[in-house]
Amino acid sequence: MSQTPASPAVETATAIAQAHGNRPDALLEMLHEIQHRLGFIPEAVIPALAQALNRSRAEVFGVVSFYHDFRRQPAGRHVVRVCRAEACQARGGRETEAALQQHLRLKTGETAPDGSVTLEAVYCLGLCAIGPAVMVDGKLHARAEGKRLATLLTEVAS
Amino acid sequence: MIRLFVPRDSFALALDADAVAARITAEARERKLDIVVVRNGSRGLAFLEPLVEVDTPMGRMAYGPVTVADVASLFEAKFHEGGKHPLAHGRTDAIPFLKNQQRLTFARCGLTDPLSLADYQAHGGFAGLAAALKKSPADIVAEVTASGLRGRGGAGFPTGIKWQTVLNAAEPEKYICCNADEGDSGTFADRMLMEGDPFLLIEGMTIAGLAAGAREGFLYIRSEYPQAIATMVRACELAQAAGFLGQSIQGTNHSFSLHVRTGAGAYICGEETAMLESLEGKRGMVRAKPPIPALEGLFGKPTIINNVLSFAAVPDILARGGAAYQALGLGRSRGTLPFQLAGNVKQGGLVELAFGPSLRSLINDFGGGTASGRPIRAVQVGGPLGAYLPEAALDTPLDYEAFAGASAMLGHGGVVVFDDTVDMGLQARFAMEFCAVESCGKCTPCRIGAQRGVEVIDRLRASENPAANLALLKDLCQTMTDASLCAMGGLTPMPVLSALSHFPEDFQPAAKAAE
Repeated sequence: MSQTPASPAVETATAIAQAHGNRPDALLEMLHEIQHRLGFIPEAVIPALAQALNRSRAEVFGVVSFYHDFRRQPAGRHVVRVCRAEACQARGGRETEAALQQHLRLKTGETAPDGSVTLEAVYCLGLCAIGPAVMVDGKLHARAEGKRLATLLTEVAS
Repeated sequence: MIRLFVPRDSFALALDADAVAARITAEARERKLDIVVVRNGSRGLAFLEPLVEVDTPMGRMAYGPVTVADVASLFEAKFHEGGKHPLAHGRTDAIPFLKNQQRLTFARCGLTDPLSLADYQAHGGFAGLAAALKKSPADIVAEVTASGLRGRGGAGFPTGIKWQTVLNAAEPEKYICCNADEGDSGTFADRMLMEGDPFLLIEGMTIAGLAAGAREGFLYIRSEYPQAIATMVRACELAQAAGFLGQSIQGTNHSFSLHVRTGAGAYICGEETAMLESLEGKRGMVRAKPPIPALEGLFGKPTIINNVLSFAAVPDILARGGAAYQALGLGRSRGTLPFQLAGNVKQGGLVELAFGPSLRSLINDFGGGTASGRPIRAVQVGGPLGAYLPEAALDTPLDYEAFAGASAMLGHGGVVVFDDTVDMGLQARFAMEFCAVESCGKCTPCRIGAQRGVEVIDRLRASENPAANLALLKDLCQTMTDASLCAMGGLTPMPVLSALSHFPEDFQPAAKAAE
């Protein structure tokens, strides 16, 4: 049987690794770029990266699974990250998280069955003086309560 | 031409500053006004963000917090000439929150366009580097030692001693690493500095390179700070193009190159050895010490690791001399600390002060009390691993040793205020839960202890065998303190035990409800 040709995901990963000179210390940078391009880290890229960096599959898999940022499944089309840390708790962060859960009908950490949205926890966005803080698709929102949260919720739903 | 300032700092961006800037530009065009909008850093008055400033002959005038809806009325009030408006605060530098600070590290932040080298130099930038280029490595280190600067990341280790250790190491290859994994809740000074005055950090790290004889540096920034990452990457390119980084810095035979690396959402990578592992492309697992990173750090080579604010304090120390910096502060806490007022506080933001004032003065005089208007119940200082202090402890002076004496830690200077609605049992549970989520898993007291800690606190709060579970919790905390490999497991008991000792009633909500 002939070898299956490399999947587009594997090709992307190999090219990204090569752009970093296949340097093992740049693994996190590579994974960020792969995820940026593909939306997650597909299983198939792990052996490809391992081979490119001359590391074991276990080592590469270990890195992917260690860091909260790296997804092994695609996220929803929108990603809502709500800050759970103390400074936001002191400003009503728990209520904001509950409101998001109720509105999106998701628990924190879940993706909607239709793939529309993912709700995630984040521990500090560095907006601790003007919380509660929420990040929607990479955009920061402070004072996410009351009217501002309501506006945000309508945007997330649309 | 009128110069207007709309910050590009995350505080302002998270409150729609981009839309405000766009609206101002459009409105000015409609009114045929010759206006240029500068996207500056934050002045640190987070409670007034987006804080729009106008350059007038009287000085810079402040308006805030400005929303898109306010822009038309601001123009009507001729704010571009410093006109009166309900959002006007007069001259920015006369606002008490700012006027009563002692800004060294943050002296320039918010005044300039963060990505303008010309602005940076016009405001004293690169004076420290110029001084350092004329000194021997030993003399640079001596200046830093004389300043009394202690690591601003939280541990407070004397920076001069660390630098001396790396300078003395015989290895030809050495590294400079900046820990910008500012994951502690209640802290945002590193972020503000990187977004608002990035060249200062580059200058400080370059001076460290000269001092240690290192030609390469790494800046590890957490991924939760995309704006800081983008700003630092661009600032490095600009500094390189202008000969402040790279080969033969400013025509000398010194070279120093700087790489920006992005974290991936692991709190533990703020621990210095976990950060090194991460920079090497591995899981962020804490290393056992010794060897200390100053001798065997990144790639096994001698490495200076400092926090953003430690490096950022250095250019001023070189420019004005270590003695001038040392003259501020008290006891063994010298110079200034950029405190961060956060949580349930009316006027939150960055307050840079010489060590010494009380926590109460910081929260009341600068912060204006709680945002909710309710009484203060607890204050957590020094991040998620810092102690919860009761109202009665607010007179503790802001000084490393005074805080240690109160079984607390000053840490990175983050201050999170809670009002009387806080449930301290829940906060203690959160501390354990956070440790369980973020533990690297290398040592048992942290990995398993945090999990068991959550369970014991849950049983306590359900009034199951209170006496036995209380003894168990204390015993568990002792084990974590004594036997954890790093500060994550070792200090998690601090918020737990401080909550327990100052607010014991919150650990028996079931009993309380039955009363």
